[in-house]
Amino acid sequence: MIEIRIHGRGGQGAVTTGQIMAIAAFYDNKQSQTFPMFGVERSGAPVQAFARISDEKINIRSQIYNPDIVIVLDASLLETVDVTSGLKEKGTLIINTNKKPSDLNINRNFNIRTVDATSIALKIFGRPIVNTPMLGAFSKITKEISLNSLTKAIDETFLKTKGKKIAELNKKAITAVYNQTK
Amino acid sequence: MKKVIEASTAVALGVKLCEPGVIPMYPITPQTHIVERLADYINDGLLSSEMIHVESEHSAISAALGAEAMGVRTFTATASQGLALMHEILFVVAGMRLPVVMAVANRALSAPINIWNDHQDSISERDSGWIQLYVESAQEALDTIIQAYKIAENRKVLLPVMVCLDGFTLSHVYEPVDILKQEDVNKFLPQYNPLFKLDPKKPITMGPIGFPNTYMEFRKQTHDTMLDSINIIKDVNNQFKESFNRSYGNGLIETYKIEDANYAIAAMGTACSTTRVVVDELRKQGKKVGLIKIKSFRPFPKQEIISCCKNIKGIAVIDRNISLGNEGALYTELRSAFYNQNKKPIIKGFIAGLGGRDITPDHIKTAFKKIENSSDTEWLL
Amino acid sequence: MKKPKITVGAVIEEPGSTIKNKTGGWRSFRPVRDKKKCTKCGLCWQFCPDNAINENFDVNYDYCKGCGICANICPFKAIKMVKEEK
Repeated sequence: MIEIRIHGRGGQGAVTTGQIMAIAAFYDNKQSQTFPMFGVERSGAPVQAFARISDEKINIRSQIYNPDIVIVLDASLLETVDVTSGLKEKGTLIINTNKKPSDLNINRNFNIRTVDATSIALKIFGRPIVNTPMLGAFSKITKEISLNSLTKAIDETFLKTKGKKIAELNKKAITAVYNQTK
Repeated sequence: MKKVIEASTAVALGVKLCEPGVIPMYPITPQTHIVERLADYINDGLLSSEMIHVESEHSAISAALGAEAMGVRTFTATASQGLALMHEILFVVAGMRLPVVMAVANRALSAPINIWNDHQDSISERDSGWIQLYVESAQEALDTIIQAYKIAENRKVLLPVMVCLDGFTLSHVYEPVDILKQEDVNKFLPQYNPLFKLDPKKPITMGPIGFPNTYMEFRKQTHDTMLDSINIIKDVNNQFKESFNRSYGNGLIETYKIEDANYAIAAMGTACSTTRVVVDELRKQGKKVGLIKIKSFRPFPKQEIISCCKNIKGIAVIDRNISLGNEGALYTELRSAFYNQNKKPIIKGFIAGLGGRDITPDHIKTAFKKIENSSDTEWLL
Repeated sequence: MKKPKITVGAVIEEPGSTIKNKTGGWRSFRPVRDKKKCTKCGLCWQFCPDNAINENFDVNYDYCKGCGICANICPFKAIKMVKEEK
């Protein structure tokens, strides 16, 4: 079982990131579970969402204290939040920034990966929507979920509620970030 | 069909499959997602229930009472202060033997104000005459809503049922859920056929005064019915297993690795899931430990608990509630159940997970370690 | 008092059974109407809390508890409360 923590700001859609991740993992025939940091959602405030992905049934229902992977939707959070808190030794940190990992002031023992999802989002959405695009980076780096399942999860989440156009844009953005991620 | 959905959605889908005629609703965190989904289904034409917007939870349960008295299947949901506001009508619904089903997204009671999970709200309604079933997963939440109607509407029961799920800790979790087919649920759960209903063509009196010469008989009748419902809850669990190939222990309690265990944790709700993980871990270290999940808190399945504890030396009870000035409610009840037994295990109480405090594997391990400590109740802070 | 049937939920299945409970015996004063003074204005009929005055403004003594509201409300003082005890 791997445990994931997603850092974002209220309104950036960290909770949706977790939901689409869990749905995609299930399409890949894995068990999954996701939940928000309970009851603290306020626009702009630092928020967290959590996810677990496993080959077996997930029983544990405590919060996640020692994640294997941390996703940071907004690099400005690095100034105010300790995003590496509890991250396992050699754990993976995926950060949305235009900087190189070596330019960030973060402990090098972690596997630090960066991708400029904001630039891609601005091109595709015309707005800095990064919560879904960052899943492309998650898929490429961790291989825990496939790009194919991610697009299915996008359809399941957005087709009914937001329509075809939004779903297509999200898939395009996820794929672009996937391809750009090294 | 299996899908990753929120546990609140699982409750709403369970309700939708049972097609209640009337759903009075009043929002309160962390229950709101349940009635929001139901409002969506009604708006999208997927559910033909009459939705009643009310001005308080007191009105929500009163409207449910009125609708149920008309012989209509009814659902509502609440939590915390909302359930407390329903208090007086809860007794009326049970006393009038109206099989309302209500979801409670368990949340702490003020003060201090707190929107997060513990069981204080529903435990405080322990004596109201409602059957109380506590669930630990989104799947169990969906399945138990369907079972709840079958239990409640049974002519030998006719009592309201609370389906309690941990607020946030379960209600806001997304996980895979098998969504039952409408035609299969229709086969399992027959149309509601009330024993009596308000009908101008055949007038009856409901809710009359019970003088001192009859009140006790009515109370005893309801109490006896509650005790008899133990068998109906078991039956419904078995029938559910036959229909859907899934069950939850015997419907009243569910055990995990208890057969050869020396020590066990007794708990309700999501704390049971985390306990399973700890049991597996301690078993790998050669420790003979297990879990007793109390699903039905009312009726309290004394005999079932006693018979699964034949070889148990000690039980650590995890209470997500506290009866201020004494101890946790489940601890009190378990100790009372064993009082007349010749062979009784050591029973130790732990207060944990109040007001959204996370119950971690370390808490459960500490409880296992301290089972044989002499003091009565400890707090796992 | 006869013990009522202990039904499920205390439901009383027989409609209108309260009519069996004749409350005329509770009365210590009875209302008596002076038909000469009565204008048939209907106030007594309207105000009687027990529906014991009919549309002809006659009192049904099986159910009248002798509360005296009719006598009190009558604008023409056409109703007198008379002692039951003889």
